[in-house]
Amino acid sequence: MRTDQTWSRVLHVDLESGRSHVLQFGSRAEHLGGSGLAAALYSRYGLLDAPALDPRQPLIFAVGPLTGLFPLMSKTVCGFRSPYTGEWAESHAGGRLALSLRFAGYDALMVTGAARGLSALIVGARTVDLHDVAYLRGADVFSTGKYLRRFGRESSGHRSCIRIGPAGEQGISYACINVDSFRHFGRLGAGAVMGAKNLKGIVVLGDGSYRLPEGKAYPKLMRELYKDITGTDKMRKYHDLGTPANLTALNGLNALPWNNLQKTTDERIDGISGETFADRFLLRQTACAGCPVGCIHIGLLRQQFASDHEFLYKQVSYDYESIFSQGTMLGLTDGSDVLALLDETEKLGLDCMSSGVALAWVAEAVEKGVITERETLVPIRFGEVQGFMEALRHIAMGSNEFYRTLGTGALKAADVYGGAEYACVLGQEMAGYATGEVFFVAQAYGFRHSHLDSGGYAWDQSSKEKDARKAVDFLVDDEYKRILINCMVSCMFARATYGPERIAECLASVGLTDLADGLETAGRAVQALRWKLKFDTGFDVDAVRIPKRYTEVVTWKGAIDTTYMDAVRTTYAAAIRELAASGQPMSGSEDA
Amino acid sequence: MKVLRAGRMERCIGCHSCSLACARLVHGRLSWNTAGIRIASAGGLSTGFEAHLCVACDPAPCAAACPSGSLVQRAGGGVTVDRDLCIRCGKCASACPVDAIYMDPEEQYPYLCLHCGRCVAFCPHGCIALEDVDARRPGSRGGDVDGEVPDAY
Repeated sequence: MRTDQTWSRVLHVDLESGRSHVLQFGSRAEHLGGSGLAAALYSRYGLLDAPALDPRQPLIFAVGPLTGLFPLMSKTVCGFRSPYTGEWAESHAGGRLALSLRFAGYDALMVTGAARGLSALIVGARTVDLHDVAYLRGADVFSTGKYLRRFGRESSGHRSCIRIGPAGEQGISYACINVDSFRHFGRLGAGAVMGAKNLKGIVVLGDGSYRLPEGKAYPKLMRELYKDITGTDKMRKYHDLGTPANLTALNGLNALPWNNLQKTTDERIDGISGETFADRFLLRQTACAGCPVGCIHIGLLRQQFASDHEFLYKQVSYDYESIFSQGTMLGLTDGSDVLALLDETEKLGLDCMSSGVALAWVAEAVEKGVITERETLVPIRFGEVQGFMEALRHIAMGSNEFYRTLGTGALKAADVYGGAEYACVLGQEMAGYATGEVFFVAQAYGFRHSHLDSGGYAWDQSSKEKDARKAVDFLVDDEYKRILINCMVSCMFARATYGPERIAECLASVGLTDLADGLETAGRAVQALRWKLKFDTGFDVDAVRIPKRYTEVVTWKGAIDTTYMDAVRTTYAAAIRELAASGQPMSGSEDA
Repeated sequence: MKVLRAGRMERCIGCHSCSLACARLVHGRLSWNTAGIRIASAGGLSTGFEAHLCVACDPAPCAAACPSGSLVQRAGGGVTVDRDLCIRCGKCASACPVDAIYMDPEEQYPYLCLHCGRCVAFCPHGCIALEDVDARRPGSRGGDVDGEVPDAY
């Protein structure tokens, strides 16, 4: 196989007919890969008028032209219609999936249709098989992983195993797809899309190989980048304490959401700080395949399950976002409580951020008497882990009408039961940054409704002036740069290394000069196409809500300036409307 | 004479940088398999990692099994490889007692560790190192590999 072809090699598996095809899709010079490839595929194969969980909708896993070639080019873009928003969406994950897809010989795997019975898909360089796994109905994520690893044993260590838990089978709007036990396509409900296809898991065998281009340019650049990434202090923060280092920092800035964002700092931070997790719980770090950083922090949860010193232990991955959403937001201040909740969330196959923030709303709504135990079935109070533990299962299983509604999102539940003014939802349940006006707008209006599409939180911290135009120009340009990275597909932690010029240099070194030369044009086109698809699938920029709670937040800068926030909202809404209007079809789509 | 040893695999984070570097720089390929050192895990990522590589047999069963003279005993253990002489029979891979030789199914060509040590610099945790052959001989101070962890970590 070659690394420098002009089209993307896509494996399309239709579960309805049981047929599969290898497609030579579109033009890499236009869609690049990753985010752009997923969007171009959806433009061609997606059904704009059908709902997200219609099994005919494509579920796409795309890597990029640099995947496996350079350090930290180790992530996969999952493209799908979100059951949470109804719109075109992406979620990104690491693990081994990106290199497994690359070495299986594909730029993307696209799954359409629903299988007749619960199934597992096995793909590799010489394999496309569908297996009946009816025996896994209702199985949790970990036991599912153990069974699925019976497939492709000969590729042990060189394969990826992605799967859903009960939440995905139940169609919960924030069910995730677990990737290799410790990573996730977490937000916006990709797990439910997979469940709607009767697809419990996918095992990708990375058992093929590519011939590299001749010449010294590639090995020289690869060495240089490796040295830049590992030989300097650039990545230390991600490896050392990891992202949980932010807990103490944001708490000190009055920017860490606590108790459903009723406050932004708490003196009890030491119980769940990054330092405490590292000292008390850190078992080891591990890495995504193709990344020498090792940012995945695994905590050791030791639990006594009977008298006479009977213990069990669990390995639970933790990050800043998971400690915020299932720790500070729930008023929990003991790290072992947080790990226990995260372990349960993992088994059920729920997104930890969405489910944690949704439960934080439940706790405040109970506190205010808006809902009672008749709805929640179990006592829910800030600071008490047991209730949250049981409530997670009720969400995943849709135990009653209340939990079924909560499983579509906290704001939707609040619209039914009351308490919408304090539902911490900005497009979806919030990310852990109470940094101010620009971030709140960036998440509420942003493409993935997250902290990942642009650095609004950084702008809040660095900008001294309240200039909505400058803030929005930053958001749009930062999104463009991140899109280039997400088309390659690099980990966002390497964004300081992989600027547009460096990406072009990498592409040229492996013979992809067309992509290198037209990088900016293609990147801007992908940016516009993604917004066009989001609008075409129902995004209403005029209907975006920012609940009242966000106007009451007090950060290190003081109270939120609602006039400034409104100015940023109006300006950003206009900017993304303009982007969407400029979106054009790409090669491979029917009307291109 | 030096040989490559993976003596600190308990430090491994599973980044595969060693095998990717070997495939890219030694063999001119992009893959997990076409490399002299390959990282595997048994039972998922929660169980840690092991390295599959030549353990530098002397005499080497793979060289004894090679019918074309492509694999020749290397002084200090392991083999040297003359690719032009290989008839792609796969007998070396069958003879290897530790499954360290990967036969590429498309080319039917064996990939194995040449003990060149180019992978060592790519390991961020000092799991692998080039070691003097004498270190494991009777009377020596022992066979520990003392890989260095770069300062950045």
